[in-house]
Amino acid sequence: MIAEQFPALIIVFPLIIAFWINIVGWRWTRPCFYMSMLALSVSFISALGILNTVITTGTIHYRLGGWEPPWGIEYVVDHLNALILVIVSFVGLVVGVYSKRSIQKEISEAKIPQFYAIYTLLVMALLGMTVTGDAFNLYVLLEIASLAAYALIALGEDGAPLASFNYVIMGTIGACFYLLGVGYLYIATGSLNMADLSQLLPNLYHSKAVLAAYAFLMIGIAIKMAFFPLHVWLPDAYTHAPSAVSAFVAGTMTKVGAYVLIRVMFTIFRPYFSIELVPVTTVLGWTAIAAMIYGCVLAIAQRDLKRMLCYILIAEVGYIVLGISVANRMGFTGAILHILNDAFMMACLFLVTGAIMYKIGTRDITNFRHLHKKMPFTMAAFTITALSVVGIPPTCGFFSKWYLILGAIDAKQWAFAVALVISSLLSAIVFFKVIEKAYFKPTASAQAHNGGTHEEVAMDEVPMSMLIPIYIMVAGILTLGLFSGKIISTVIQFAVPASF
Amino acid sequence: MIEYIVAKYNYWIYILLMMIGFYAMIGKTNLVKKLLGMNVFQWAIILYYVSIASKKGGATIPIVMGAHGHYEPAQAAQYLNPLPHCLMLTAIVVGVSTTGVALALIIMIYRRYHTVEEDEILQIQETSITIK
Repeated sequence: MIAEQFPALIIVFPLIIAFWINIVGWRWTRPCFYMSMLALSVSFISALGILNTVITTGTIHYRLGGWEPPWGIEYVVDHLNALILVIVSFVGLVVGVYSKRSIQKEISEAKIPQFYAIYTLLVMALLGMTVTGDAFNLYVLLEIASLAAYALIALGEDGAPLASFNYVIMGTIGACFYLLGVGYLYIATGSLNMADLSQLLPNLYHSKAVLAAYAFLMIGIAIKMAFFPLHVWLPDAYTHAPSAVSAFVAGTMTKVGAYVLIRVMFTIFRPYFSIELVPVTTVLGWTAIAAMIYGCVLAIAQRDLKRMLCYILIAEVGYIVLGISVANRMGFTGAILHILNDAFMMACLFLVTGAIMYKIGTRDITNFRHLHKKMPFTMAAFTITALSVVGIPPTCGFFSKWYLILGAIDAKQWAFAVALVISSLLSAIVFFKVIEKAYFKPTASAQAHNGGTHEEVAMDEVPMSMLIPIYIMVAGILTLGLFSGKIISTVIQFAVPASF
Repeated sequence: MIEYIVAKYNYWIYILLMMIGFYAMIGKTNLVKKLLGMNVFQWAIILYYVSIASKKGGATIPIVMGAHGHYEPAQAAQYLNPLPHCLMLTAIVVGVSTTGVALALIIMIYRRYHTVEEDEILQIQETSITIK
């Protein structure tokens, strides 16, 4: 049965295709895009198949090469990572379709085959990080994802290589800390398998080596997921990257980081270690508040739309970590729901930014006058997504924030609840500033010359192959909002650790 | 105290090397020096992994002992653990690729700004870059 092989297929197929794109790309440019989309479609279908199997029959254990778990590498898919697999492969596919026209404009023709090879590799590595049940295997895939991201970001505009280089330095520190953490766990237990580690570790919870390992793992992952105050690489790197790349990495890379954080805190280590033995949830909670406020305040100060979104992204990472750190059923549900929602919202916002760049060639929000007439559909999509990030009811952003606030109240952490509300209000200021510029600002020249009459602005939308992906994301945002109860009852409630 | 340091000298060496690399990555403005620091940092971790696998005095290799129908499994206490070495083969590959990507980036930066000093590049950027 092919369905049994899905956990391997989801990785192996894009990996082989990425290699072949490189070969074919020497001679022909045109098929590269289609090959990449084929690979990502297969991944997406496999992810859906996995999710279906997990919902009907429970956790999947896939043994690569038939080796027994503590020795061989095992892929484990439960409700949590089945959901993340679907998100990552879906966003990868949609952004891939969008990238066709946007990349033609932003990078030179000769680099397009390499772009698709690396893009496929990046999606593959993020899927691999999600699907694996082996701590060292996760390190290798983490580095593949990071290397692919460095290369893709460096393809961007002027200033991208330096931003990418700083990301290389920070990312390597993060990955090396993760590797050190795995090393200490290996010294203490002699195992690399996550399930095996979680069996072996409880006897060693008071060992200094295990505490050091925990600290190294947490810092390493925090750097990779751009958690305040280790986010410094993110704004530059994501601002200068090509728009399709920013949309994909902003949507998924930080979310996969958050997923790895959950795995380390609650699978490799037992929940009572992360919550009671070391006060890590308290520290994470207060840092997450700082991240939320800091991200939104700095976003208000930006004129560059993309950089503004990068700071919003830092705040969103804060929301997810806050949900993890309140460590009860409601908060954790909110965190997982927010991982799902935020992948859609951030990808959509960055796609819209790319569309604006495509047409008017600028991201400076002071130049957005009359944009709602020039690009009505794009701006409508922007407005809906912005409302979702702020948290207005019919959209999905409302529901995850609702669960996060309920979680904070359940945990009697009033400061967390207040910070969530303040941060939402601040993000409302951020987005209404952009919407005001685009919709309500009269043109200065029109006022000066014609005494206030409107000048005619012809409609000039982006091509359909870019508009449709944006609207798929918008549809996703609305659907996730409407069906959030269903998603929680079929998937997310099983992903919450049993002790909560 | 001296005994404590000597007994675990491999850890001290790796931490020392790691901190040297860390200092170069954080403190230097020259991009090539930062890259060298990054390499020292990665290689320190590789040395650490290899050193934890070693055993003193009479350790053997992990093969099945005995011959001619008289097998006995090798005891874990008797052989050098080969797994960290294998893990580090992968980590070396990762390190080499990271270095390669970083060198390519430095070449791109040099072609654009004609310098590899970060403060000079930032000065050039401040004068030339406006919001796109």
